[in-house]
Parts: sequence; C-alpha cells; structure tokens
Amino acid sequence: MSVILVFLLVIAGFAGWWLSHQRLTAKPWLEQNLAGDFVGFDRSSLPTAKIGLGVFLAVVGCLFSLFTSAYFMRMGLPDWQPLPLPRLLWLNTGVLVLSSVALQCAVIAARRGQTDNIRLGLATAGFTAVAFLIGQLVAWRQLTADGYLLASNPANSFFYLITGVHGLHILGGLVGLGRTSIGAWNEARPERLRLSVELCAMYWHFLLFVWLCIFALLAGWAGTLIDICRGLLT
Amino acid sequence: MVDVTPADAVPPAEVGEVELYHPHSWWTKYVFSQDAKVIAVQYSATATAIGLVALVLSWLMRLQLGFPGTFDFITPEAYYQFITMHGMIMVIYLLTALFLGGFGNYLIPLMVGARDMVFPYVNMLSYWVYLLAVLVLVSSFFAPGGPTGAGWTLYPPQAIMTGTPGGQDWGIILMLSSLILFIIGFTMGGLNYVVTVLQGRTRGMTLMRLPLTVWGIFTATVMALLAFPALFVACVMMLLDRVLGTSFFMPAIVEMGTQLQHNGGSPILFQHLFWFFGHPEVYIVALPAFGIVSDLISTHARKNIFGYRMMVWAIIAIGALSFVVWAHHMYVSGMHPYFGFFFATTTLIIAVPTAIKVYNWVLTLWRGDIHLTIPMLFALAFIVTFVNGGLTGLFLGNVVVDVPLSDTMFVVAHFHMVMGVAPILVIFGAIYHWYPKVTGRMLDETLGKFHFWVTFLGAYLIFFPMHYLGLMGIPRRYAELTDMTIMTESAHHLNSFISIMAFIVGFAQMVFLFNLIWSIRHGREAGGNPWRATTLEWQTPETPPAHGNFGKELPIVYRWAYDYSVPGAKEDFIPQNVPGDFAPSREPA
Repeated sequence: MSVILVFLLVIAGFAGWWLSHQRLTAKPWLEQNLAGDFVGFDRSSLPTAKIGLGVFLAVVGCLFSLFTSAYFMRMGLPDWQPLPLPRLLWLNTGVLVLSSVALQCAVIAARRGQTDNIRLGLATAGFTAVAFLIGQLVAWRQLTADGYLLASNPANSFFYLITGVHGLHILGGLVGLGRTSIGAWNEARPERLRLSVELCAMYWHFLLFVWLCIFALLAGWAGTLIDICRGLLT
Repeated sequence: MVDVTPADAVPPAEVGEVELYHPHSWWTKYVFSQDAKVIAVQYSATATAIGLVALVLSWLMRLQLGFPGTFDFITPEAYYQFITMHGMIMVIYLLTALFLGGFGNYLIPLMVGARDMVFPYVNMLSYWVYLLAVLVLVSSFFAPGGPTGAGWTLYPPQAIMTGTPGGQDWGIILMLSSLILFIIGFTMGGLNYVVTVLQGRTRGMTLMRLPLTVWGIFTATVMALLAFPALFVACVMMLLDRVLGTSFFMPAIVEMGTQLQHNGGSPILFQHLFWFFGHPEVYIVALPAFGIVSDLISTHARKNIFGYRMMVWAIIAIGALSFVVWAHHMYVSGMHPYFGFFFATTTLIIAVPTAIKVYNWVLTLWRGDIHLTIPMLFALAFIVTFVNGGLTGLFLGNVVVDVPLSDTMFVVAHFHMVMGVAPILVIFGAIYHWYPKVTGRMLDETLGKFHFWVTFLGAYLIFFPMHYLGLMGIPRRYAELTDMTIMTESAHHLNSFISIMAFIVGFAQMVFLFNLIWSIRHGREAGGNPWRATTLEWQTPETPPAHGNFGKELPIVYRWAYDYSVPGAKEDFIPQNVPGDFAPSREPA
C-alpha cells in the first residue's frame, strides 16, 4: 500500500499548501464587516472548470495508484510470471505522445486565436488517440495469440486490467474532445473554446503521464527502481 | 447601544460565471432537475426508501436471533443474506448517500451563498447513476439464488464460492456492479460538492466563516473521493475473479472436492483495499454528522460554538488521520505485530481531535440558553451515544483487546453505537431542523417527541446489552446459537428482549415517516427563519427557497456563522449577511 500512501502524501502536501494560504488561524468572531478585505480569499482566479478537472484528475490518480499498490502486493507472491511486453507498445507510446503534443499545439493556437490551427491540432489529437486505442487492442490480440491469456497468470491479468482501465479513460476523454471539436467547427465563443481546448490538453497530458508510469510498471522498471530505493534505505 | 450601519463601499456580489439552468417543463423541474435542492430531495427519498428495506432486514435478523427455530423461512442462507444487505445498504446506500447526496446538495449552495452547484448537469447525472445503483442492488433480491450472503465486507474467497448464497449465482455480481455504479455516481456528485465550496462562495464568505456543517461535508467529500477508488479497485478485481476466472484474490482452493482453477491469489490484498476504503468511510459518515451537530447545538443553545478554529482543525486532522488507521480492522488477519502496534497507535491518536470536538460541544452547552427543541434533543442524544461508542472503540483499537473480542457481539454493539445510531440521530435532528426550510412547515412536535424518546432509549436498550453479550463471548455472524453451552438462559432472554426493542424502535420510525408526509400539508407554517438562526440558508427571500436561492442579488457575508447572544445586539442572533460591528472587544460606534 506504499504507492497509494505516497500519492496521498502528495495530495496532502498540496492541500496543506492551499490551506496555509486560507488564513486558518483567523479569529472569525473578531472580524466583522471586512467583506471588502476578504475578496482575495473568496475564490481562486482559476476557471471553475479547471479546478473541477483538477479534482477529478486527483481521483483518477488515486485509482491508478491503488492499482499499482495492488500490483506490487500481488507481485510478491510466488506464482507471478512476468509477461514479455509486445514491442508495439513502444509505437503506441509514441502515438500517445504525438496526441499530447498536437493538443498542446491546439492550446497555443487557441491562445493566439488561430481557428484553423486549433482545428488541425484537435483533429490530429483525436486521430492519434484513436490510433493509440487501436494499437492497444492489437497488442492485446498479439498477447492472446501468443497464449498469454487473461486468467493464466496474475501478471497477465494485471496487464489487461490496467491497460484496459487506462484505455477506458482515453475513450472518455475522446467524448470531451469530440464536444470541443464540435465547438471548434461551429465557431464557439473564442474564450469558451480556449478553455475547452485547455481542459482537453490537461486531461491528455495527465493520461500520458499515467501511461508512462504504467508502462514503466508493466515493463518491470518500476520494480527495479523500488529495489534500488530499498537497497539505499536498508 | 450599537446601530446597525450598512457597510459602505462594498459592491454587490456579482452573479458568478455559473449560468443558471432554467427548467421549461414539469419533467425538467421535478424529475430531471438540475436544481441542487430538488436533487437533494430525490437523493434523500431514494436513500430513505432503500433504508426501509434495510430496516425490515434487521427485523428479520432479530426474529431469528431472538426466537431461534421459530421461523422456518429464515434459513441460515437467508440469515446471511439479511446481514449482508442490511450492512451494505445502511453504510453506503443510506448513510453516505443521505449525508453527502442529501444534506450536501441541499445545504452547500444555500450555506455558502451560491445559486446552485457549479456543475448542475453532472450533479443531476450523479443522482440518476445513484438510482441505477440502488435498482441494481434491489434487483439482486429477485435474481436466481437471491442476493449475496458474503457479509457486508464481501471477503474473498468465500464471497464468490458455492457455499455462500449468491456466490456462484447472480447475487455477488449484482452487488459488485451496484457498488461500481454507486462510486461512479458519487464521484460526479462529490466533484460538485468540493468545487462548489471552493469556487461558489459568495462575497465575504471566507473559509473561516463557513458553518461547520459545510466544513464537515466538504472534508468528508474530499475523503470519499480519495477512499472510494479503493473499493472500486477491489470490486473490479473481484468481479474479474468471479466472472473471468482471474486470481487476484483467489488462492488455490478445493471446493466440494474439486480443485478450482484459481491459483495463488491473496485474500489479504482484498482486505487491505477494502479497509483502505472502509475506515475512511466511518469518518465520511461521521464528519458531516460532527458538522451538523455543531450547528444544531450552537443554534439551539443560542451561543456561539466553543473553539471554532479548533473545530475546523480537528475536522481536517481527523480527515487526514483516518487514512492511516485502516488495518485496525485486520488485527486478526495474522499481520506482523509491528504493523499492529503502528495501527493501534494511529487509532488511539485519532481519538485526540475527536475528543476535542466532544469537549467543545459540551463547552458550547455550558451556560447556554438551551432550548430543548427536537433537533436539540437529538443533538444531545448524539453526544452521549457517540461518546459511548467512541470509548468502546478505544478498547477495540488495542490489539490485545481486539483479538478476543473481534468475532463477538461486542464489535456489533460498538460499531452500531458509533456509526449506526449516532449518525442516524444526527440525521433525525437535521431533518427536524431543516424540514421547515425545505417545505415551509414545521414537523409535528408531539409526534417528534415520541419519535425521539422511543428511538433514543430504544436504541440504547438494543445496543447496550449487546456489549454484555459480546463480553460473554457470544459470537457474531452465527445464524443459530441454540446448541452452544456458551448461550446461557439469560443470554437467550437478553436476545429476545433486544429483538422486541428492535421492533418497537422500528415502529417509531413509521411514526416519523407519517410525520414527514403529514406535515407537508398539515404542519404549522414555519416562516423563513423559525429557529432564529444566523446562517445564510435561513435568510432566503422565499421559503422554500426558489430556483436560484437568493432572489436578484446574492447575499454579502459580514460575519461568521455563530453570532448568537452578542452583547449589545437587539436580538439574540445576527445573521451572517447583516453588516455592523457588535464585537464586545471593540469600542461601540
């Protein structure tokens, strides 16, 4: 359970940092009428939707940390046989990076108000994300064809489970991306479109980060890293 | 005497970036509504309905325990199904949904001075997914093999094996699916509650001016958002074990003489995941109760809450600590003694902020102008019950005490006191307190008094003797105890007595339900602020509050939520949106 505890520690650190800026030591019973002075503490200047997405990403991060925790605990048991990762995953990773880069370009275009480039970025991101999902499915097919079935070993089960959950999150993101694209083609209000594009990019970058962590985990590098840390501690 | 002078140079609060959704038809106004107040009522009604099912299940269990062998239809399998569904419904589908979905939806926007939740559409979806989860749960009663009988903790391997009711039928699959749906729905709602508190607050409503109710619900929601994923992961993995034959949790096992295909899984892994959710869950239910009871006590004792800052800090500390105590539910799982030591220590540490809260409630009452209204009666009953249940929690937090008591009725008595009866008492108090705001009419006082005394005394008569049964060594989870030498004559009598009390308390809840329905039309007119309270929900121009909550302009907040009996003020309460300086430490204007 150490992975999830580290994750929660990060969340707690962030929450603590935020709370420390909220005058938690104020004595509210002595402070009347100061509504004007308090404006700075009323709410964040960030758009509400971004904060909402941030909270949601914390939940998603929690979910994947828990899968990782379970992975490490199950890995220690004797019947664990790591499976060879299909080389296709490297290509998929490249495609997902491309998707994120395309969305980042769309964000830059949105800040500059270049509608054509926004559309180009969104379309590229959408197609590469779909390509990533197809690539993942092909990787699954390769593994099953080679006899690495879901139930035959816990390492296989975790591989299908974690990549599947990640794929579902990409699929959900594609719905948001689709709505943003509809807005981009129907000439939505520029500031509104910019926010949607930024939200998509935030979600995409986060899922790319999650994928890189998962990839490292499934490839076994994360285990090596932990062994090194353990070696340093003991 | 101090005059109320309007503060100048404070511009009216701007209408935020939230675009209010306006319903166009009866359907979008009352059924597919995006108004948090309507969603709150929908959540509460659904939770109450499914809670009634759980109440009936508890009666059936008590019939078997109190009068063993009398009722043929209660087979051991049925008994386990009753236990499982009773626990699961009460903890998750009733308490969590009612506190966060019900009270959270109704009170957060009104108390922070917002027109609605920040993402109303997602909020509406949250309710409908919750309803779907409840329906899936109910459907398991009608599935072949009936609902699961795995115990509310659903421990593998027994949860998905043939011997357990529903294990190889539909029961466990529907249970796990329902939980997964519930978590998805809750996450949608939870995002709203958190972000509304962060971003929806009106002008002048700083965090330290929030009523403690909002603090409690806010912190509990943050915890729930971080804890429910653990249950989600556990449910998904168990579902795969059951449906697709993976071995996340299932060890190599022989069932009825045949070797199952599972191999090498770890049931302890499930326990870790389950309790990583399960212990924060206790505080997810308790923190909103703490917050609400603080407001009830302060309002009905006409006195400011004692130690507001400490109350806020204690809520935050409890929220953080509750994530590092989970394994105290697993002392008997054969864990390393040092782990047990660590978790016993954190468990005892969490008693410190909790005790601070109890002292502060009592000190708020001290020399207060106590009105023994029905909400106040329930709040006082909560303090007593919570202290009682909390103290037995300190016993059980120690490994040496927990190991012999873990499988006895003592544990049943403990957790019913601390997270069953205590939060339910707060829910009742809160309903009597806010019902006038929701409907515009008061609940009937006589029926309310009857409901309170029967519920409070009755619940004590049910659960207090159970501690003694536990100390005698009477085990829990057994459908039939008749042939055991440990079951003395007196223990049987006590069991029958408890069962009769359970029926009486259950009857009092029917009276309460009648009161709820009858008072909608026939209750006394309440007016806008019957309790003369300070918080913003009582200052709305209309009662019940109209769509958009606050009329044309949002209120501006000039003070904290607890200005009761301020010296020099004309009345014994000053609403949060009234300007003027009454602080005793300052020179009068």
